[in-house]
Amino acid sequence: MADVNRGNRPLSPHLQVYRLPLVAKISIMTRITGVALGGAALLIVWWFVAGAYSPEYFAVADGLLSSLLGKIVLIAALWALWFHFANGIRHFFFDLGKGFDLPTVVKTNWYVIGASVVLTVLTLLLV
Amino acid sequence: MSYKTDYNRVAGLGRAGEGVHHFWMQRVTSIALVPLTILFLIPFGKALGGGYEALVATYSSFGNALTAALFLFVAAWHFAIGMQVVIEDYTHGGTRLVLLLLNKLLSFALGAAGVLAIAKILFSA
Repeated sequence: MADVNRGNRPLSPHLQVYRLPLVAKISIMTRITGVALGGAALLIVWWFVAGAYSPEYFAVADGLLSSLLGKIVLIAALWALWFHFANGIRHFFFDLGKGFDLPTVVKTNWYVIGASVVLTVLTLLLV
Repeated sequence: MSYKTDYNRVAGLGRAGEGVHHFWMQRVTSIALVPLTILFLIPFGKALGGGYEALVATYSSFGNALTAALFLFVAAWHFAIGMQVVIEDYTHGGTRLVLLLLNKLLSFALGAAGVLAIAKILFSA
């Protein structure tokens, strides 16, 4: 049974030879940003714990996170957060069985990417 | 032919007993994080880089402290169950067991550390 039509059938795409469609790239980026945000959470909790420990120790943490390197890392984390957030919102619609057809997926791909950039800029303007 | 009932053939296997709890909690924490993310980011972003005075001024407010503590608590929970799926997808055997344990322990330790630190800042201000 397993040998029926072997070699002459559609094969599942292999990651190394298959150009991932945008929706698949967004999917894996959502997982990667989710894992990376754990690292960002570590920095933020460190900032709070330093504040609870002493004003002197807090000056070190606050200084490092607001330095140029700290800013680059936190702005990257902010974008990761909004990207994960935006695709999470799309997944609420997927959970309700909505938005699975190809034209909608192609459109909402760009909503997710657009929203991640717009929300990052908006947050930076607000704070 | 088996004389077992349908129920007895599946009881105790795989996710039996837990059902969709993991899936459901991922959604519950996601929904909670929608408002909490926004409520956390604005005061946090304003206080960041403002020194100790800005920290105390921001988090001596009960509302700011509450939303920040809730955000870190729910985010740690969301991370713990999300990371669990990543570990289950890519690792096997003993490595998986160790990583699953570390994931749960470290995620909740991180969340608890954040909540306690915020509480200390709130109550000592």
